Amino acid sequence: MDLAGLYRAEYGRCVATLTRLLGDIGLAEEAVQDAFAVALEKWETPPPNPGAWIVTTARNRAIDRLRRESTREARHAQALLLQHPDEPAEVGPVRDDQLRMIFTCCHPALSPLAQTALTLRLLGGLEAAEVARAYLVPEATIAQRIVRAKKKIRDAAIPYRVPEAHELPDRLPPVLTVLYLIFNEGYAATSGPLVRTDLCLEAIRLTRALADLMPDEPEVLGLLALLLLSEARRPARTGPGGELVTLAEQDRSLWNRELIAEGHDLVRRCLRRNRPGPYQLQAAINAVHTDGDATDWPQVLALYDQLLAQTPTPIVALNRAVAVAEVHGPAAALAAVEGLELPGYHLLPATRADLLTRLDRPAEARAAYDEAIALAGNQTERAFLEARRAALDAQPSSQP
Amino acid sequence: MQYMLAVHSVDGAPQPSPEEMQTAFAQVDRLNAELQSAGAWVFGGGLLPPESATVVRVQSGATTMTDGPFAETKEQLGGFWVIRAKDLDEALVWAEKCAEACMNPVEVRPFQDTGE
Repeated sequence: MDLAGLYRAEYGRCVATLTRLLGDIGLAEEAVQDAFAVALEKWETPPPNPGAWIVTTARNRAIDRLRRESTREARHAQALLLQHPDEPAEVGPVRDDQLRMIFTCCHPALSPLAQTALTLRLLGGLEAAEVARAYLVPEATIAQRIVRAKKKIRDAAIPYRVPEAHELPDRLPPVLTVLYLIFNEGYAATSGPLVRTDLCLEAIRLTRALADLMPDEPEVLGLLALLLLSEARRPARTGPGGELVTLAEQDRSLWNRELIAEGHDLVRRCLRRNRPGPYQLQAAINAVHTDGDATDWPQVLALYDQLLAQTPTPIVALNRAVAVAEVHGPAAALAAVEGLELPGYHLLPATRADLLTRLDRPAEARAAYDEAIALAGNQTERAFLEARRAALDAQPSSQP
Repeated sequence: MQYMLAVHSVDGAPQPSPEEMQTAFAQVDRLNAELQSAGAWVFGGGLLPPESATVVRVQSGATTMTDGPFAETKEQLGGFWVIRAKDLDEALVWAEKCAEACMNPVEVRPFQDTGE
């Protein structure tokens, strides 16, 4: 039985529901962890609906625990539980619980790092160590941020609710950022295998729920389109041996046509609204990549120019450089990446290595590959970079 | 829940003009009336400058008094409200109105559990 897989899949959903039932994230987490401990003892095979089992068990464990305690939180939680006496036999309105949770985790009273760390922990079920790797910061920092953020939610009474329509312009952007980061962590996992499908699907599921809730927010549609168009290419991103396959070499017949059609449709809906934002532009770039038999690079570059004007970050500049290489050649692209500062980010030296290889400067390319390999936490990407470096050694250089 | 909405003034920051002060006073009066009619008002007021402060310390039974505020910090408490709100979001809505009325940033801090 894959209890670890079940834990990952069900943890966030169960904690979100228990938080509504108990009124406190810390109590909810304890109760859900208790229930998983019981499952580990009792389950020969998981019941048909493991999430519902966990929620019911967690609720019962919480009642037992609360009866023994007499703190204010415990009394409050008991009172809340009595308001929902029958419900938790089912997981309940899960969608709403998870939306509540994401808006609470991404509350503007919390720092951006705390928002993301908390969402990945509470909705994505990641451990603090995994969140730390995703953010290139020490594990102790993340663990402390998570503890502090949960304490602030409780102490300052940050509410557990979906904001009203008039609050959304302020409350939505941090939520979109966090969903995008969760997808990215799944799409190019910072450790272990390349893709963590569960995180990708989780991010898409939450973004879909958000798009249902806010069909008039073009950036929500843009984010959903971006995630769907990236997800559509996932089956072609790795070869039979699990090795990384670059966009140019991917077998396009493996792409998921349904997701691409849905993504393209969303991008067209965004275009009609004509309120472009960063997610819509990235979705449009991905729509160009997935349109026809080959990428229209000048169009991609034009979209990156627009994106860079809106969000002038080193990551966007780095991605734009890849399009520059296709349109104006590797020398122009190399000039565009020189001076970019992205400490700890393996794709900067990896991109430089590729450009230097294409410019026939193997010694510098090798050094850049070494740097990228040392930084890549994901074994598939590391293997890909090592293969590229080995190919460099196999080819006779034109330089002495 | 009760929250303190604290107004901090930065030492050495440019003084508002008498007209600006009058505007702020009038705005704060209107806001106080709004807080009271909404049932959110607990207490509030503006403080005289930090030079008017005296610090009292009791150590092993001996009392000492010193002139001036606690520490030579750049930011000094200039006034505050104590309000009642159901959660942080409600407190933040009031804080926004307070910051606008008194024309200064406002720090929102929850009170310890009062058992209320």
